[in-house]
Amino acid sequence: MSILVYIEHADGSVKKTSLEAVSYGKALSERTSAGEVIALALGTISDEELARVGSAGASKVLHVADEKLNAGVIQAHADAVGQVYKQIGAETLVLAKSSLGDAVAARLAVKLDAGLVSNVAELPETADGYKVKRSIYTGKAFAETTVSKNHKILAIKKNAVDLKTDGADASVEKVDISIDASNFAAKITSTDKAEGEILLPEADIVVSGGRGMKGPENWGMIENLAKELGAATGCSKPVSDIGWRPHHEHVGQTGVKVAPTLYVAVGISGAIQHLAGVNSSKCIVVINKDPEAPFFKAADYGIVGDAFEVLPKLTEAVKAIK
Amino acid sequence: MKILVCITHVPDTTSKIQFTDNNTKFDKNGVQFIIGPYDDYALARAVELKESLGASLTVLNVGEAETEPTLRKALAIGADDAIRINAFPTDALFVAKQIASIAKENNYDLILMGRESIDFNGGMVHGMVGELLGMPSISPVMKLDIEGDTVKMAREIEGGKEFLEAKLPLIAGCQEPIAEWKIPNMRGIMSARTKPLNVVDPVDSEIATDVTTFQLPPAKGSVTLVDKDNVEELVKLLKNEAKVL
Ligand SMILES: Cc1cc2nc3c(=O)[nH]c(=O)nc-3n(C[C@H](O)[C@H](O)[C@H](O)COP(=O)(O)OP(=O)(O)OC[C@H]3O[C@@H](n4cnc5c(N)ncnc54)[C@H](O)[C@@H]3O)c2cc1C
Repeated sequence: MSILVYIEHADGSVKKTSLEAVSYGKALSERTSAGEVIALALGTISDEELARVGSAGASKVLHVADEKLNAGVIQAHADAVGQVYKQIGAETLVLAKSSLGDAVAARLAVKLDAGLVSNVAELPETADGYKVKRSIYTGKAFAETTVSKNHKILAIKKNAVDLKTDGADASVEKVDISIDASNFAAKITSTDKAEGEILLPEADIVVSGGRGMKGPENWGMIENLAKELGAATGCSKPVSDIGWRPHHEHVGQTGVKVAPTLYVAVGISGAIQHLAGVNSSKCIVVINKDPEAPFFKAADYGIVGDAFEVLPKLTEAVKAIK
Repeated sequence: MKILVCITHVPDTTSKIQFTDNNTKFDKNGVQFIIGPYDDYALARAVELKESLGASLTVLNVGEAETEPTLRKALAIGADDAIRINAFPTDALFVAKQIASIAKENNYDLILMGRESIDFNGGMVHGMVGELLGMPSISPVMKLDIEGDTVKMAREIEGGKEFLEAKLPLIAGCQEPIAEWKIPNMRGIMSARTKPLNVVDPVDSEIATDVTTFQLPPAKGSVTLVDKDNVEELVKLLKNEAKVL
């Protein structure tokens, strides 16, 4: 019985979160003595890039090269993944949580009559039943969840396992399937996406600014530090509400939930709803002029000081160690 | 035009999350329950559509009797009637099957809900309902307009947004800034008391997943403060101690 991993790609490269999903699949196959780990990519992407997915732990990559799948039409992707899953007789589907992955997983749970667990935080325990640890209450707790169906779908969180990079190149095989036109009923008319930016939900380092930054004209300082760190930029909810920053940068309970290795919060008070979106970060640094700001209680490191003084100095100090 | 909005009954965002009974139950002690914030956006947009298109608006919750005040609040915000499917919402598929069953009977044109609940955060119910009913389901939707039988939407994707068009009927998982949260006014609260709230038995559904125990994350250690005139020290700590640079 094999494990199928649905992988997403953007701008010609497989997403890092999808490579993590492949490594998760590999670790899962070792733990449960499942068979091969097979990755599946949809739409236009090069064979060389797909072969590289082997490094993360896939032995084979299946590729449905149909151009109609270049856009992430939810129903069409779900249909394609479901067909391939059945064709290869897979027993588990693994994918990385994302705006497309989540939507595809939900439809597949019905199509495949599978037990679906989302926000998976670790490998399952299989000694006694099949138990998966998932993150709940927006990162404030975990739930041990048993899956009683034969078919399983695991939508994994960032950093659920370490990314494997030492596997051999995978073989790439083309797969031909036909997708019924009804699956294209919802049409994507255009997309509006920042080019070449590090994407917030996938970033290893995030620099976020809050209302303490005083206005959009001061974001250059946040961006400079982010650039030095190779980080994505984020913000608090009021900052995106007032329109200082675009909505997709809003971090927290009602925005993007991030799980970077390093989260730097500048001029953000640390309201519980903001913390809910960042509590999966490995290390949190807080810069705030108020020593009583609640964020310091959730931080690993902190500087009490004026962001306008600290940020330029910090950017220089980061530059100096490179 | 018939609109259905599905709402969750969840702990307020400021709640302290704790468990009882050997970590097998959520501790409701001192917790205030609210309409899920994402569902609240869906409801707010639905009320706007009801007013501009002259639609009917039903709210639905899968939950036990304790969720009725939350449904009444949705009625006060502007829904015409409410349905409570009398069952504990075991998992996403169970809830989706209940919603799909009601939707099949009533032929709604538009089914809205939040992109995810804030208790289990699965974000799966709308997609499952879509598959069960053979309809498109779009999420997370941050803009939704109806022109004739065409729905124009913007969906948030990593790093930006995607614009979509689809025909009714469809399902959408909503988030801000689709509409501004609405606060019930006095008239709304008064009229909500007499609006119909129908309690319906659940349809059978096999259990696919079940929570056995809960856990809290390990407590955070205390913060290491670095002097603002010595930022080089912070960089050193991040590199050598935390090993994140
Ligand atoms: C249902 C609900 C959901 C919510 N969801 C979210 C969410 O997803 N994300 C979110 O962020 N919020 C959310 N909120 C809002 C949240 O409660 C807070 O209001 C918000 O996070 C505050 O943003 P802020 O920290 O930027 O602003 P403020 O609370 O105004 O804090 C500004 C901070 O900047 C500091 N500061 C000021 N000047 C300087 C300076 N020169 N240098 C350094 N520091 C300075 C101040 O000391 C202060 O701590 C939600 C609220 C509700 C009710």
